[in-house]
Amino acid sequence: MQFESLADFFAMGGYAFYVWISFFVTFGSMSIIAIQSYVRQKTLLSTTLKEQERRERIKRAQQSV
Amino acid sequence: MWKWLHPYAKTERAYQLCVTLQPWLWAGAGIALFVGTLWGLAFAPQDYQQGDSFRIIYIHVPSAILSMGTYVAMAVAALVGMVWQWRTAYMSMIAMAPVGAVMTFIALFTGAAWGKPMWGAWWVWDARLTSELILLFLYFGVIALYGAFEDKQQAGKAAGVMALVGVVNIPIIHYSVEWWNTLHQGATISKFDNPSIAPEMLWPLLINLLGFAFFIGAVTTVRLRNEIVLREMHRPWVQALATQQAKGAQ
Repeated sequence: MQFESLADFFAMGGYAFYVWISFFVTFGSMSIIAIQSYVRQKTLLSTTLKEQERRERIKRAQQSV
Repeated sequence: MWKWLHPYAKTERAYQLCVTLQPWLWAGAGIALFVGTLWGLAFAPQDYQQGDSFRIIYIHVPSAILSMGTYVAMAVAALVGMVWQWRTAYMSMIAMAPVGAVMTFIALFTGAAWGKPMWGAWWVWDARLTSELILLFLYFGVIALYGAFEDKQQAGKAAGVMALVGVVNIPIIHYSVEWWNTLHQGATISKFDNPSIAPEMLWPLLINLLGFAFFIGAVTTVRLRNEIVLREMHRPWVQALATQQAKGAQ
């Protein structure tokens, strides 16, 4: 450990603002892109199901005519 | 010679490959990023000139290197798509673009946050910074061009040409610190015979580089799966998959 105490660690030798904002924004934007990808995965799968149902409905309607 | 590669041109095989790789990539990213970041932040020695502000290097350098690496990978995918007419190649290209753009943004942001205490300015219009900003715009261009076409095969071709032309920017970024007088310091770790960084500082940097690479790979697999599902929505195997997943969720 390079730092004497936890407070020392957070102070980053006086550069706390620059160091912590860098790490915060980095991991923040990485989380956002990862979460967005998974949310899209979910919506796409439900879209697939809806699309499938729709096509079956159309098929049934055509057969009943 | 390349015969083993050809089955992956089929979307179903490519999808399965993503499913197989994904947990390993996430695990690798999680472990490497945790170890590298903690080591870099808390255990690596202080820089004798820059004090603790140099610790930004542990995210700045990996994201900067991989913003270029991802761009090259994207251009290779575009080339494969054009030469062999693989639809999956264009899909991988567009799966990589957003995460590459995020890496470029991180490199620019952390660079600014490092530049302020060291140079006294958040931003200067110097060669390295400007060419990296152009890289961000190239990523935006590829994404926007792909989105502008209704026919996604056409979209892949158009965006692919743009990605390939943009490759010219990569050597410009890399050599900008040698060709022009810039504020930005020269290469640190790519001089393998004589790296100008102490080994106890270099190790966490290399581990984080690996972590970022795994992360990009993991996000790319998720996004490639999405792109395949979107484009193959009417294929029976995708419908079977969606039905199966819906059942699993209940």
